[in-house]
Amino acid sequence: MTIRGKAITFGDNVDTDVILPGPYLVHTDPKELAKHAMEGLDPTFTKRVGDGAIVVGGKNFGCGSSREQAPLALKYARVRCVIAESFARIFYRNSITIGLPVLACPGVSGKVETGDLLVVDLGAGRVEDSSKGLVFQATQLPDFIMEILDDGGLIEHLKRRIGSK
Amino acid sequence: MNIIEKILARASSKREVSPGEIVEASIDVAMIHDLTGPLAIKSFREIGAKKVWNNKRTVVILDHIVPASSVRSATLHKIVRNFVEEHNIKNFYDVGLGGVCHQIMPEKGHVRPGETIVGADSHTCTYGAFGAFATGIGSTEMAAVFVTGKLWFRVPEVIKVNVTGSFQKLVTAKDLTLNVVGKIGADGAIYKGIEFGGSTIRNMSIDGRMVLCNMAVEMGGKAGIIEPDEKTLDYVKGRTDKAFNPVKSDPDATYERVLDIDISELEPQVSVPHSVDNVKPVSEVEDVEVDQAFIGSCTNGRLEDLRSAAWVLKGKKIAKGVRLLVIPASQEIYLNALNEGLIKTFMKAGATIGNPNCGPCLGGHMGLLAEEEVCISSSNRNFVGRMGSTKSYVYLASPATVAASAVTGKITDPRRLMEEA
Repeated sequence: MTIRGKAITFGDNVDTDVILPGPYLVHTDPKELAKHAMEGLDPTFTKRVGDGAIVVGGKNFGCGSSREQAPLALKYARVRCVIAESFARIFYRNSITIGLPVLACPGVSGKVETGDLLVVDLGAGRVEDSSKGLVFQATQLPDFIMEILDDGGLIEHLKRRIGSK
Repeated sequence: MNIIEKILARASSKREVSPGEIVEASIDVAMIHDLTGPLAIKSFREIGAKKVWNNKRTVVILDHIVPASSVRSATLHKIVRNFVEEHNIKNFYDVGLGGVCHQIMPEKGHVRPGETIVGADSHTCTYGAFGAFATGIGSTEMAAVFVTGKLWFRVPEVIKVNVTGSFQKLVTAKDLTLNVVGKIGADGAIYKGIEFGGSTIRNMSIDGRMVLCNMAVEMGGKAGIIEPDEKTLDYVKGRTDKAFNPVKSDPDATYERVLDIDISELEPQVSVPHSVDNVKPVSEVEDVEVDQAFIGSCTNGRLEDLRSAAWVLKGKKIAKGVRLLVIPASQEIYLNALNEGLIKTFMKAGATIGNPNCGPCLGGHMGLLAEEEVCISSSNRNFVGRMGSTKSYVYLASPATVAASAVTGKITDPRRLMEEA
């Protein structure tokens, strides 16, 4: 799976309260959640994503609350992938579960800048910043996680597995 | 093996497990609430499942926006109630029957030593205080647990925190907890377990132990845990009839690292905006003026917390221009606080008392902050916008420090206030 897009960068410890602020948790429609993605840090975020972008974060991306609404908001705001130095574990699992690709990529923060064009080979864990001519090696995702992402998330994956039995 | 390895080995029917290994564990108890439950229910239906794997091991608690503050939150409650009825879930705590989920789970006997427990809430790690392996998961993973009763885990590396020494007067479990968060850092325990031990922990009450394990997630931890002892067994046996099988770490158990802390000289601690690990001794932030003070939440809304706050507030009034909100974590705690006269003390001091629920901790309803307002809170997170406006400020402290600050209108060392009185 190859993902391309412009980078939008953030710092360390981006928590799920800024990714999707608490008051919006009463919404159940992911499109409504998407309108408020990253509102705690940048109210213009969804406009900046446009028809697709790659979020690049620092350490401990997605820390805090277990709200699955946080990665859902990013996915439906057309974030194609999140790359970070490291991830908080519940956000990491939730992202895979809902089919938002996430890659832990030490060294990426501070090098990649907002607006850089990124090419991500998800299976190989290879991140290329083609604006700067830099290549980063991310932690590769195991096969069973790649299968979930290829199916578009855990629900589709379970349905396919049940259906193929 | 350490206690977490032993529990995960048992849950996955293995003789032994080691850090890094992926295991599929059988889940003993699964919990959802009003904000993560509806999404779990939606995913459960999308998977096409008809029945929860075990309606006696499923616990449903309304606590985040309770009672409903809007038609939208009322609708979420309704979705949850319908699910409870459809699946005949016995362990359901509706408005007025429970309180904050992480208090209700142990209080109503749903947490037992040696068990593997998942909750669709990050502070599920609180139940480690009872020697259970407990961790927060997302809604759709919870739907998968509802279908299969199982979930995969990576066996975590474990950090051992050894605590010795006695607390000074008005220095509490929360101060120790914030101190540990400051030392380990907000990402210092990502994917890891944290086992708390040592003489201080042995001497600590159940309420205090719950504060430590509750905030394991604020260091990125997968679980906080404390070996069960007589105190644990007394508490648990008083609340459940079900058999359980406690485990402890082996004497030769391995840890990723050991952190030794002596609390003899520890002063009250404050976590400064906007990061939980930005921890300072109270003496360094005493000039900060506050608009609101909050005592409550899954971290510090228990009887011991209310007692220490009431002790500080007894016979005093809160400062002009300050709002003090007190929210007991459960109906049982509320009733005990009433019987002990604590609620009267709070009201005479000028506090507003709320019904048991999460309250302003997550900025959902009740006591949100306006731009430029400052709150000192006994809760667990001081992220940007956590309790209201993205331009507001949250300082985290113990209930005693929150109470003292409400009296003076500035962040205050409770020991200083009590000396002056």
